[in-house]
Amino acid sequence: MTPPGRRPGERLVRSYVVTGGRSHPSRNTLDLVTLLIAALGPPLTGLSPEKRRLMELCRPGALSLAEVAGHLELPVSVTKVLVADLMDSGHLVTRTPIPSAGPPSDTRILQEVLDGLRSRL
Amino acid sequence: MDSAPDSDTVYLPEGVQTAVKLLVVGHFAVGKTTFVGALSEIRPLRTEEVMTQAGALVDDLAGTRDKTTTTVALDFGRVTLNDTLVLYLFGAPGQRRFTGLWQDLTRGALGALVLADTRRLDQSFEVMGVLEELGLPYAVALNDFDDGPGHGLDEVREALDLLPATPLLRCDARDRVSATETLIALVAHLLARTGELEHA
Ligand SMILES: Nc1nc2c(ncn2[C@@H]2O[C@H](COP(=O)(O)OP(=O)(O)O)[C@@H](O)[C@H]2O)c(=O)[nH]1
Ligand SMILES: [Mg+2]
Repeated sequence: MTPPGRRPGERLVRSYVVTGGRSHPSRNTLDLVTLLIAALGPPLTGLSPEKRRLMELCRPGALSLAEVAGHLELPVSVTKVLVADLMDSGHLVTRTPIPSAGPPSDTRILQEVLDGLRSRL
Repeated sequence: MDSAPDSDTVYLPEGVQTAVKLLVVGHFAVGKTTFVGALSEIRPLRTEEVMTQAGALVDDLAGTRDKTTTTVALDFGRVTLNDTLVLYLFGAPGQRRFTGLWQDLTRGALGALVLADTRRLDQSFEVMGVLEELGLPYAVALNDFDDGPGHGLDEVREALDLLPATPLLRCDARDRVSATETLIALVAHLLARTGELEHA
């Protein structure tokens, strides 16, 4: 949500700056529902303000990439670039979404989803 | 809005290992945001994707200052299903031209719920066509707007030209129980379909 007074496009100009103008995430495997977990270890010193903000958001617990983009008010594509960098530097680890192992695992996952939804009624 | 981490940020339970996604799609004002909000355990979040006129995602953000780009809002919510599994629901508009967005959304998605409005059934064809082209299975839910014409389900099924196996049901996107039952019908369909593929 753009607060009144913010010019359209302003956030995007800032986004351009935060990713250093670089375009493609180094990991094409990143998905909207990839779960991001802060790694214990590497200090945040030397990180850009946006990466530091992302790390501070992720410190207390796991969130999906989409949630991180939503909380930081960054486009998904920009968030992917930041996340890929932070994976490379050892700051973030990920849990990949649903393993695409084919039908047997799909059946198991779908059954789990169904049971989980039914338990909410 | 301040862009510092929200005080109401809700983190995932510690044991969560797997995340899955379902899409909630349909034309403008059909009830997508309402549906996602009725089910989500977190305050629904919104993010955006930037695309070229041709529908490619712009991640070279130098290009986003170009007047020819379009921003599409996605809203999404979260439902923790058990100790290890979490479901994300993504509400997305149904325009075919957003091909980059569709690729991103449908990759790894289990399926989609098409929300439709009996007053504007013709506006559902575009998104159904996109899902069919991408091979993503779906169910259709008629969102009950009080002033909508009272079409029978058979009539609507015919008007939308649905396959016999495609679930068609009524829902009230404002109601958590109704929305949950609608997702149950979708997932039961996905499961039945997977079973059939395995035995084919
Ligand atoms: N009567 C009625 N109104 C609804 C229902 N679902 C959504 N609405 C209203 O329809 C409008 C559009 O809904 P919204 O969720 O924003 O649609 P979206 O554009 O698809 O995200 C809002 O004013 C909702 O309050 C419903 O099931 N019944
Ligand atoms: Mg909406």
